[in-house]
Amino acid sequence: MRLKDISINNLRRRKGKVFSLILGLTIGITTVVTLISITRMMNEDIANKLDEFGANILILPRSDDLSLSYGGMSVGGVSVDAQTLMDSDVPKISQIEAKENLSTVSPKLIGVMEIEGKKIPLMGVQFSEEIRLKKWWKVHGSEPKSRDEALLGNEVAVRLFKSTGDTLPINGKPVRISGILDETGSQDDFAIFADLTFVQEVMKKPGSLSLIEVSAYCNTCPIEEIVRQISKQLPHAKVTAIKQTLQTKMEALDHFKKFSVGISIIVLLIGSLIVFTNMMASVNERKREIGIFRAIGFRKSHVVRIIFLEALIVGLIAGIIGYAWGLGVSQVIGPMITGMKGGKIFIDPLLAIGAIFLSSLIGILSSAYPAIHASKMDPTTALRAL
Amino acid sequence: MSLIEIKKLNKAYESGEECVMALVDVDLNIEKGEFISVMGPSGSGKSTLLTILGGLNHPTGGEVVVDDIPIYKLSLEKLADFRREYLGFIFQSFQLIPYLTVIENVMLPLSITEKTNREQVKMAEEILERIGLRGKERRLPDQLSGGEQERVAIARALVNSPPILMADEPTGNLDSKTGKEIMDLFKSLHEEGQTIVMVTHNPENTAFSTRTISLKDGRVENNGGKA
Repeated sequence: MRLKDISINNLRRRKGKVFSLILGLTIGITTVVTLISITRMMNEDIANKLDEFGANILILPRSDDLSLSYGGMSVGGVSVDAQTLMDSDVPKISQIEAKENLSTVSPKLIGVMEIEGKKIPLMGVQFSEEIRLKKWWKVHGSEPKSRDEALLGNEVAVRLFKSTGDTLPINGKPVRISGILDETGSQDDFAIFADLTFVQEVMKKPGSLSLIEVSAYCNTCPIEEIVRQISKQLPHAKVTAIKQTLQTKMEALDHFKKFSVGISIIVLLIGSLIVFTNMMASVNERKREIGIFRAIGFRKSHVVRIIFLEALIVGLIAGIIGYAWGLGVSQVIGPMITGMKGGKIFIDPLLAIGAIFLSSLIGILSSAYPAIHASKMDPTTALRAL
Repeated sequence: MSLIEIKKLNKAYESGEECVMALVDVDLNIEKGEFISVMGPSGSGKSTLLTILGGLNHPTGGEVVVDDIPIYKLSLEKLADFRREYLGFIFQSFQLIPYLTVIENVMLPLSITEKTNREQVKMAEEILERIGLRGKERRLPDQLSGGEQERVAIARALVNSPPILMADEPTGNLDSKTGKEIMDLFKSLHEEGQTIVMVTHNPENTAFSTRTISLKDGRVENNGGKA
């Protein structure tokens, strides 16, 4: 027989009290695991929804002459032909260290064309990238499939009296209108979108770009780090982070994280208090028993070890149950908060170990005073019968 | 050199502003192999004497030397080690641990030694055999009669083969027949060379001992004829 057998047998005897002890600690651990899991879900949610927010990095040619505006942002160098961005710059972006954090890289050439006597902005884009970047676009008709197809902004279609299937002459070259965009409330309503290489050809600027929009997300590093890495790859370009896109969401997440930490601390304190009062009551109930232990030669450290072993066993059980419950609860509550689908349960070994460790630590810390109190009990007082 | 030497032992208890002397200038020597009965009316100080002899209760003055060790000069942890090595306690009302089986109760003093589980079981089974409790090892204390519980308490006190056995009213909670059986067991242990110090109310029990010490108002009234 060893001290652990005494601890285990005592826990078995006091089933009801041990149940409430484990329950108190389990609720605390469940709360912590749930909040951590939901915070992670929210993080993941932001990453997944990134495309819906549009670009968050803008790459412009380095130029002192900022004369054209796009999407509320100045686009440098276009009007004075000071184009320094080229098609060959696009693959360089995908070579940065944090390339896994890049979601979309959409190059553009922007100019103004006179069509049917009206000056209209013309944007050369790679439709596959542009449509991925602008999830909010709703196209009446179909997306362009070839070089000689274009999309029209809602206002342009009205001003030119064009509809899907019509033909539009751009610099003398006929282009079929494959679709018309729903109103977006942005400058996209006033532009014609055509294939990038086609626009480069009609504007006689082969290989040139006005700007590159990048959609990136980094869980572990700030967006500024991605900006720095792109700037290093493209020293001739001006790389700017558009913080607004994610800022609100990140701020909300930050608030939730702070809220989670607060709630976790409160719940864990309550859990600790439950362990403390329960252990203290247990020690007082066991005065006589502790007196016997001391009388037959148990050292103070032996008594402390018996109490700590009990706390550790309770902590381990509460940690395991708390982690499992936390996973379950976060699967139910998480989707309500984030709007994501619950789906598969992701078992994170680090969170599991952390939860069990935290639970055991709280069990032992909350039992420290009761254990020391027990070890200091006078054996003669404890053994009143003597 | 006596096994136990008690010199000028005093013990005072403070009760509010009052100071009650439980033991006053007690001098005693107990030899190896003696079976001592400590008699006296309630409040005479016999239980206090037993707890002080047992290293459980620091005296206010005087000295207790066991096997040449002045036990109250030891640190508290060393004193616990002393109790484990030298003493076997049989408490009033048996004081078994209710959630441990008979054999686990007996093995309790061994649980903090280096002995392996197999060695512990062997030692416990041997002592249970000797006191007639084989076959009841897996029972819990509340499944035993009073006499059987007393025997488990005796087995627990003896499992470590301590030089001194201390018993506080060992027959106090037993009927006279069972009490006689327990006293017979004490007698046979004594005949095998065990030193026993027993506190008792029952004058009949003193017939089993080799010497009776009488206490009154904390003083030794009669030390059984020993100087």
